[in-house]
Amino acid sequence: MEKEKLYQNIRTRQPKHAPPPPGSCHGACCLRGTDLGLRLGDETVFQHVDLHIHCGEIVALIGPNGAGKSSLLKAILGQYPHTGQLDFFLSTGDRAQPVFGYVPQNPVFDRNDPISVLDLFIACIARWPVFLPVPKTLREKVLACLARVHGEKLIDRRVGTLSGGELQRVLLALALEPVPHILILDEPMSGVDIDGMKLLLDMLDEIRRSYDLSILMSTHDFTMLDPYVDKVLLLNDTIQAAGAPREVLNSDAFRTAFHLGKEWRV
Amino acid sequence: MEVIYNGLFPLLPFSWAQPDGFLFMKNAFLAILVITPLFGLLSTMVVTNRMSFFSDALGHSAFTGMAIGALAGALAPIPCAIAFAVTFALLFTVARRRARMSSDTVIGVFSSTAVALGIFIATWGGQSFTKFNTLLIGDVLSVAPVEIGLLALLLVVVAILWLLALNRMLLSGVHGALADSRGIPVAVYEGVFSVAIALVVTLSMSWIGLLVINSMLVLPGAAARNLARNMRQYHLFSVLGALTAGIAGVLTSFEIGSSAGATITLYLAVFFALSFLGRKT
Repeated sequence: MEKEKLYQNIRTRQPKHAPPPPGSCHGACCLRGTDLGLRLGDETVFQHVDLHIHCGEIVALIGPNGAGKSSLLKAILGQYPHTGQLDFFLSTGDRAQPVFGYVPQNPVFDRNDPISVLDLFIACIARWPVFLPVPKTLREKVLACLARVHGEKLIDRRVGTLSGGELQRVLLALALEPVPHILILDEPMSGVDIDGMKLLLDMLDEIRRSYDLSILMSTHDFTMLDPYVDKVLLLNDTIQAAGAPREVLNSDAFRTAFHLGKEWRV
Repeated sequence: MEVIYNGLFPLLPFSWAQPDGFLFMKNAFLAILVITPLFGLLSTMVVTNRMSFFSDALGHSAFTGMAIGALAGALAPIPCAIAFAVTFALLFTVARRRARMSSDTVIGVFSSTAVALGIFIATWGGQSFTKFNTLLIGDVLSVAPVEIGLLALLLVVVAILWLLALNRMLLSGVHGALADSRGIPVAVYEGVFSVAIALVVTLSMSWIGLLVINSMLVLPGAAARNLARNMRQYHLFSVLGALTAGIAGVLTSFEIGSSAGATITLYLAVFFALSFLGRKT
């Protein structure tokens, strides 16, 4: 019931459909990376990475520990200087600078920090100094942002006292303001229980449908990939396998990367 | 100033505040009214961004700046000290970001180097260190109206900085990666905040005293943090706490003849203890 309400809320914000002109991604917007590489000091974090993500897709980035998942996400975000070509094309086929939404990995806020969810939002999305009394319109705007993840009740809670799932939703709501072209989540399922994971994935599913944005997330949890995820990228130095979840999870590359026996099947 | 000295002060129930009372005490009182809100504001970010140790080191570098300023002689000790402290603050911010060491190690290295350099310069050629004692202990009773004006200007500058940049400084401090992903130049805001601390510490060290000045940058925020549930309360409690402790401290120090800086710090410590007992759950 609650979820129904949430979905309605998201649906009301559907963007107008653009006409599908010719473009490099056959009329859909897309992110295309060619031969991406990253070296930090003397160490090669990843190399020769090609990726192609269409708008409306949920793509999971998997790989063993230290495979460079977080680094690849940060390189895409522009936080690390990478080699290779990274382009974003609008549905018109024009190249553009994409707007990213980013949900960081395991964010830690001190339990005692006097920072409320409202404060965090204001600091991120507004110019209004966070130490002055908050205008009503700004509070309503933050409530509207939180409504996208059904988190209105969290507005006056301190960020340090939120549960893992609650904080995840707050950060997701933050990443959706302004609505990005590409939503990047770093290990969103770590520290979240099965119900929380389902809730999160259902929410992501609705978000990509209503906003027509691409979602790229790294994850350690393979149980939920099918049927939520459209495409899985297996990263270990480079992209070892890419495709539908079952295809990648049953590939030799996957078994090698995770040291599984030859008979291992999903 | 006439209006304040002869119009407002006589309203206070103190003998020194009357028209024929001690002028130095009136000046000291005014200076405290300006300095404490300044520290109350800075303190919130020092505590939230976990920079207590960092601000301590900046205080030490301000001392070195003063020693270099004194070496430069009558030319310009204060501008010289400011230039050194600001340079040091920026260098320090860069080193902290670049070094692959834990932050407290880097700060320890910088802090001890700064103090050593300060003492080295101050005692060069067999000079007596005594003239620097006022910097260590502080003497707010010797503050002159021009210097109060300078501190007031500084308060205005910090207030403007808070209005324009607090949101970004806060986000840079509590979650660098999140700030970065939203296009905030984290390093720039770290630098700006460090410079603000360096300026305030350098310009108020003579009145508060180097040995206790860091407590003014830490205690108001630390106490307010125990009580506050959001940023509005945090700033309100921190500024009010600093102001109250400042007034109580300067009045007490006048009555019993103790150092004002140290007395204020003790009041702040009481404020912290009370806030700890009544802390939020």
